[in-house]
Amino acid sequence: MTEPLARPKRKNPLKKTRVPMLPQGTRSRTALGLTASAAEGRFRLQVCGDCAMVVYPPRDACPRCLSPRLPYQDVANGGTLLAETTIRTSTDVYFRERMPWRIGTVALDCGPSVVAHLHGDLREGERVRLQFKLDKSGQAIAMALPTADTPNMADDPQWRELTSDPKYRRVLITDGRTAVGQALAKSLSEAGASVVFVGIADPWKPFPGEECLRKIERVEIVALDLTDTTSVNECAGEYAARVDILINTAEHVRTGGIIERKGLTIAREELEIRYLGLMRLAQAFGPVLRARGADGINSAAAFVNLLSVYALSNWPAYGAFSATEAACLSAAQSLRAELRHGGVRVLNVFFGPLETEWYQTVPPPKVPPATLAREVVRALQQGLEDLFVGDVADDIRARLAVSPKALERELGS
Amino acid sequence: MSSPDLIAFAGAIARGRIEVIDLTHTLTPEFPTIVMPPELGQCAPFRMEEVSRYDERGPAWYWNNISMGEHTGTHFDAPIHWISGKDLPSSSVDTIPAADFIAAAAVIDISAQSAANPDYELTVADVEGWEGRHGRIPPRSWVLLRTDWSKRSGRDYVNMREDGQHSPGPGPEVVRFLVEERDVLGFGTETIGTDAGQAFHFNPPYPAHYYMHGKGRYGLQCLANLDLLPPTGAVILAAPLKIRKGSGSPLRVLALVQRGEKPA
Repeated sequence: MTEPLARPKRKNPLKKTRVPMLPQGTRSRTALGLTASAAEGRFRLQVCGDCAMVVYPPRDACPRCLSPRLPYQDVANGGTLLAETTIRTSTDVYFRERMPWRIGTVALDCGPSVVAHLHGDLREGERVRLQFKLDKSGQAIAMALPTADTPNMADDPQWRELTSDPKYRRVLITDGRTAVGQALAKSLSEAGASVVFVGIADPWKPFPGEECLRKIERVEIVALDLTDTTSVNECAGEYAARVDILINTAEHVRTGGIIERKGLTIAREELEIRYLGLMRLAQAFGPVLRARGADGINSAAAFVNLLSVYALSNWPAYGAFSATEAACLSAAQSLRAELRHGGVRVLNVFFGPLETEWYQTVPPPKVPPATLAREVVRALQQGLEDLFVGDVADDIRARLAVSPKALERELGS
Repeated sequence: MSSPDLIAFAGAIARGRIEVIDLTHTLTPEFPTIVMPPELGQCAPFRMEEVSRYDERGPAWYWNNISMGEHTGTHFDAPIHWISGKDLPSSSVDTIPAADFIAAAAVIDISAQSAANPDYELTVADVEGWEGRHGRIPPRSWVLLRTDWSKRSGRDYVNMREDGQHSPGPGPEVVRFLVEERDVLGFGTETIGTDAGQAFHFNPPYPAHYYMHGKGRYGLQCLANLDLLPPTGAVILAAPLKIRKGSGSPLRVLALVQRGEKPA
């Protein structure tokens, strides 16, 4: 049974903060297929298009029939732990400060054997669930878990190294005026975050849900206006060193395409709140997050972007909005590369219309804010990097994978 | 040839016999702007981006790029701001005669009434009562409404409730009276607008905007320190930025007051 995590003590100010080191992070282009699977929490391996052999490790030709047709496909992740070993010393600068480390060989039911990291509750000979997870370098590694959940399972040190679990972490929600921001505050408090800072701009302006928000356990309201560089810098100055997970909940949803909008006032507001707001957060909080990626149990873990799925392909009914979301997605990709040096994950969450007043005229299905919040927490607990929430997001993504051009026409008709 | 009057005037300021009182709030990002329903266009708040601060972006100098709306912070309303003044000549900040930027002020104190009732409406009777004590308002002077609202901050200043803002201002009748019977230059307040918080529900809506600007008069709002001014005798310097076709502008508003004159 996993020893439950103890609430981390306050940091000893006389101790040096550990510099984040990364495990080896180079992969072949083919092997990056595993990274793509791990990013979304899927279990996919190459399956030979000619002889149907399931292949691991990733290869450019089938080892049985030499076919070059080796697409990744979802496969069953059940297997048996054949052998385990505990590594007690290493010359690798990342692993040597995390010893001991258990690894083992898992024989997958679908064919290949995989050397995997082992959850502490697993013993040799047991049945396992194998998952691909992103490690601190952002690359896929295999992690074997017990088939059924065990008590305090998420507190296993090797597992926690791969996740962004909010338990005992300090979270900043950047905009508490939105329904999503408020739902997230509740979900994160329930998920065991040790404090949930919630940013509020224009404190002179009352907002719906304010009383409920203030009553959520461990929520602390902070002054934060993403359109104001001074405000973001001041908030970071005061709180950045105590923020382990940052969730940007700022939104600005308005209808209208590029021509339909009269003037640029709303477009500027969109860009100020969303795109420039993201840049302000990244510049103010990013350097501190990146420096604290290995700072103990409550190390800096994740920067979460909430993105409309129309960032991927423009929906002209919300055309200018979609364009801003696309800018945010692009910035988030840059941010991901920049934060990776510190072992901090960027989680991009894609969703369609929400069950909120700004999508009033859009027919269902729409994502309720509480559902989105629950999924974000689950993605953090699972250490995901890309998350699609709701039927619309799944649908857009599937259609985009088949034909971007067809999707462009369909969204524009 | 130098003018003895003006030189004496400058000397009086230098010696402190004429006091210069700043009626302006500092431009900060936090200062509230007027709130419109969220689906409408909004007035941009004040923002500042550092260009350089003696650093790699400019080693020996510090400067900022700033942005804001025409109606942000302590600001001037030109007649063209309102639909009733849209066709008047010289109605934008760049074309208003410069002489209008310097004028005397009558300061009417309704701070006690406003403290008791945040929706207090200035009436003709209030103005006539003031005139009974201080004399008739001279033509082409500012009427400044002292409410002590500028001493409030944050939520109390905006005083936004579910049915909108609640702050004192003039009723329709008194605005017409000031324009038509007293020929005032403009109307100035300490609140976010020249009109009362609930003036959307007046007839006409926003009478200070409607009547003042409809007759080519001006507005000043978000003023401070009106409690330091005498009821009469102060001279106001209020020159907006010269923005082409500008509907208004943030500005520095100064009052010149003869030392020794007591506040209202």
